[in-house]
Amino acid sequence: MTARAIRPPARWLALGVVAAMAGAIALELVREARYPRDTVAEAVLYFPPGRAVTRLALSYDALLADVYWIRALQHFGSTRLKKDLGEKTYALLDPLLTITTTLDPQFNVAYRFGAIFLSEAPPGGPGRPDQAIALLQRGLEAKPGHWRYMQDIGFVYYWWLGDYRKAAEWFNRGADQPGAPWWMRSLAANTLAQGGDRRASRALWQSLAQTPDNDWLQRDARRRLQQLDALDAIDELNARVRRYREAGGGQPFTWEALVRAGLLRETPQDPTGTPYELGPYSGEVTVSPESSLTPMPTEPPRIAPQP
Amino acid sequence: MTGTIGRIAVNVFRESVRDKVLYNLVAFAVLMIGASVLIGQLSAGQEVKIIKDLGLASMSVFGLFMAVFIGIGLVAKEVERRSIYALLAKPITRTELLLGKYAGLVLTLVVNLAIMTAAFYAVLAWMNWQASEGLRKSWEAPALDPALLKAIWLVLVQLMIVTAVALLFSTFSSPMLSAALTFGLYVVGHFNADLRNFESVVSSRAVAWVARGLYYLLPNFAPLDVKAQVVHGTPVPLGYLALTTGYALLYIAALLTLAAWIFSRRDFK
Repeated sequence: MTARAIRPPARWLALGVVAAMAGAIALELVREARYPRDTVAEAVLYFPPGRAVTRLALSYDALLADVYWIRALQHFGSTRLKKDLGEKTYALLDPLLTITTTLDPQFNVAYRFGAIFLSEAPPGGPGRPDQAIALLQRGLEAKPGHWRYMQDIGFVYYWWLGDYRKAAEWFNRGADQPGAPWWMRSLAANTLAQGGDRRASRALWQSLAQTPDNDWLQRDARRRLQQLDALDAIDELNARVRRYREAGGGQPFTWEALVRAGLLRETPQDPTGTPYELGPYSGEVTVSPESSLTPMPTEPPRIAPQP
Repeated sequence: MTGTIGRIAVNVFRESVRDKVLYNLVAFAVLMIGASVLIGQLSAGQEVKIIKDLGLASMSVFGLFMAVFIGIGLVAKEVERRSIYALLAKPITRTELLLGKYAGLVLTLVVNLAIMTAAFYAVLAWMNWQASEGLRKSWEAPALDPALLKAIWLVLVQLMIVTAVALLFSTFSSPMLSAALTFGLYVVGHFNADLRNFESVVSSRAVAWVARGLYYLLPNFAPLDVKAQVVHGTPVPLGYLALTTGYALLYIAALLTLAAWIFSRRDFK
């Protein structure tokens, strides 16, 4: 028998490869369905937070930092999309960001975005401004004198903790750094004078919207400004609903009632073009759950007026 | 002597091409192009940073595998195929043979890295062209930053040391053991900054001195890694490049001299 005669036909070999691969994939699917594993928890287990991480990474620490950055983004995004509120714990966000910034201490965006993610109130985020501040302070250890991190720390104190004295302190500290813009000083002054006032909040977000650091930061700041515009509009709409009731119209169940009464020209829409909702029983105006502005922020408490 | 070394080097390069070693370039190109398309969706505006990190790390990894796996076979293959007898019967010295083999692998690595660098810059040019003016302003360093060449140069220098280490081990040990020892030394070379400060963790002065001695004896790869600095736009002075390159060239000279000494005494009967 010649060697050619005993060689199996190529199509049988190809079929064998396809069959074996299909079988392997089928078994993998069955295993995933029967014994699901928490993939993100596994991802964290690859490396414990700490300096040892950089040693284990040899000279590939920057690339590993990118991998952990993407994991942090995926964890934040996927947790945010979960329907079950009990699952929205964001428990791995801080460890993932810590690993990212330990691997690459110069990873500017990981500090800045990370702080935004960490301080975002539930259910949109873990509501951990303390961790956000700690992250930014680690950024300052890596880049001492980086006024943007100081601005961000001041911002967390202002917006999420309502501690205007601390916020102003950080804005002032940022203003003292070489290259800091002139408006940092007025930001500090405004914060002390009108903390919690919507105008002061708007000035704060406008300063972030002008940041050239990143498109994403600018987009987020613009969205926050739209939310503030929506809050202004809601105040105005609530006033018109009250006027309707005081004029003897009773509880308006729909916007049409206010349009017919001449209090509105048309169904009011938020800055994204989604109609506002009018609570049929409470009469309270809110942003629609369908709007991209949802969830709306809880405004920080207003500073007590000076006597 | 230079002519003989050059001819051997060219032959090693041709053999690498015949062995389809440069096929790794296809993998590199696919990786870079695939990543540049996918990363944009995942990285929240960090695609250029990630592509730079990925490109530089890939050059280093692909080069490392080439340096180790070809390096350990340079001498071993000739011995295994018994072609070493024919080679040594020719009017060339063992040192010339060894240096020629080394130069040939370095030439392969240079060509490989040069093509990878061209592909790397092509992908970055495409990303630069696609980005808006605002996005470009937000980058810590421009996409087509010439400073990336500094990191690539030090990757090459690092690979030249690894090749010399692999060649040294291959003069007296089996290919498998040579590969294990070379990889081991590569890892140790990234950790050996710890040896320098060993006295802060041990009380014995003798142990501390041995550790300090090992620090100077073992290759120090950590200073040859400036990938992260370059990607973040941190300046890498030319003086630094000159010093690290000088260190590497002298270290390579020591390794090759040792390899030539061992090889010249090896009995192939």
